[in-house]
Amino acid sequence: MTPFTYARAASVPDAVQRAGVTGVKYLGGGTNLVDLMRERVERPSALIDVSRLNAAIVERDDGSLMIDAATRNTAIAEHRAVRERYPVLSRAILAGASAQIRNMATLGGNLLQRTRCTYFFDDEGSRCNKRTPGQGCDAVGGFNRNHAILGASPSCVATHPSDMAVALAALDAVVHLNGAGGERTVSINDLHRLPGDRPDIETELAPGELITGVELPARQLYVRSTYRKVRDRSSYAFALVSVAAALEVQDGVVADVRIALGGVAHKPWRAWKAEQTLRGGPATEDAFRAAAQVELADARPLAHNAFKIELAMRTIVAVLNELNGDSA
Amino acid sequence: MHFTVNGQPVDVECDLRTSLLDLLRDHLHLSGTKKGCNQGACGACTVLAEGERINSCLALAVQYEGREITTIEGLGTATALHPLQRAFVEHDGLQCGYCTPGQICSAIGMLREFDRGVPSHVTSILTDEQFALTHDELRERMSGNLCRCGAYNGIVDAITEFHEEAQ
Repeated sequence: MTPFTYARAASVPDAVQRAGVTGVKYLGGGTNLVDLMRERVERPSALIDVSRLNAAIVERDDGSLMIDAATRNTAIAEHRAVRERYPVLSRAILAGASAQIRNMATLGGNLLQRTRCTYFFDDEGSRCNKRTPGQGCDAVGGFNRNHAILGASPSCVATHPSDMAVALAALDAVVHLNGAGGERTVSINDLHRLPGDRPDIETELAPGELITGVELPARQLYVRSTYRKVRDRSSYAFALVSVAAALEVQDGVVADVRIALGGVAHKPWRAWKAEQTLRGGPATEDAFRAAAQVELADARPLAHNAFKIELAMRTIVAVLNELNGDSA
Repeated sequence: MHFTVNGQPVDVECDLRTSLLDLLRDHLHLSGTKKGCNQGACGACTVLAEGERINSCLALAVQYEGREITTIEGLGTATALHPLQRAFVEHDGLQCGYCTPGQICSAIGMLREFDRGVPSHVTSILTDEQFALTHDELRERMSGNLCRCGAYNGIVDAITEFHEEAQ
């Protein structure tokens, strides 16, 4: 690790006031940042520890839920209102990492963990445009079984590793920010960027901007929601493909639907096209399959990950079938 | 930096880059906590912070300033084993023993989570308040602790017996 200074933020304004300077990073649970610092991939000059700021989950009068950014992953997953009204979020968190890591990791830190692949970690042996912009990408022509099939670029084919963020994408979560320009909100689906030719810039956050919380809108739709993660072993592995979905069916017709995919893109991938295809149509397996095909028509496989296209389609169909069965 | 480790107050001066794991092992000479992968993948470094299990290798010590840390040395000693340590011995829940301190600390934290109703990835009905600690539930909840000797069957038996006796 390279040397750094450390300050524990007393409040959100205190944190924001200390940040915004090149080399300063916010520190949440540290489960990704500390690891990357040890590998010398991240070399912050200063850490502002925001892990002791507010960590409450507040149920508001309008039925929405406001979760403070320092709330630990476990605390979100076990919260009664999340389990009852946003089951996809509990399921996604519980499918991620290990219990130890979920006890450490914060909501804000989970969202801002680096989109990464093994070449990103390999500081001494591989080229990576994320680590060193303009250097080139050894994953594109390398071992890319785990890499992106949607929205990737010749510069970067890494995938966003968060399970939680995929659920938040399906739930239309609203991310609350605070920075030098004051407070603002951004949809979870606009928070992360696709790689383009600047894969080193992963979010739309302004320098020094801090995630202060995430708001879950109140919708009956979300009560019937779930998450399925497909991976190489049954626990403690990143997703090859994952699907977060919510489905509302009335008289055999899809009244409303949300679908987001994990493990396939540089960001949590909201399946807007599939949703649009499904809405107002029949809630049948054939329709689910057709909608999945529409979404995956844009997929561009690499040498080793073409299987993800069929896997993603089958997983979408399986999850929608499951949710549809629940409504019968 | 000030901490409470195994019930004792400690003051340590160390570099900001020191992980909680290195603080425990190198500065406080509590070598029971093991360094396996040093990147959060194996669970050998698991300790309890305010009663919650964490990977001490992924934690900067300074983040835990003022907190209460419990390591394997705070749970049992060679002459007064913790009941869960005794169960590990009885059920052959170890071979080389390197992962054992992490397994034991993790299991203590896991059972606290289980008792307060935290669901897991394999919990079928999320809204249930109480679950049964089935074989699948136990293995899923302990998946952050690897054992290269493959003593998993003994580990599951030891934790199951300890949990049943504690109830």
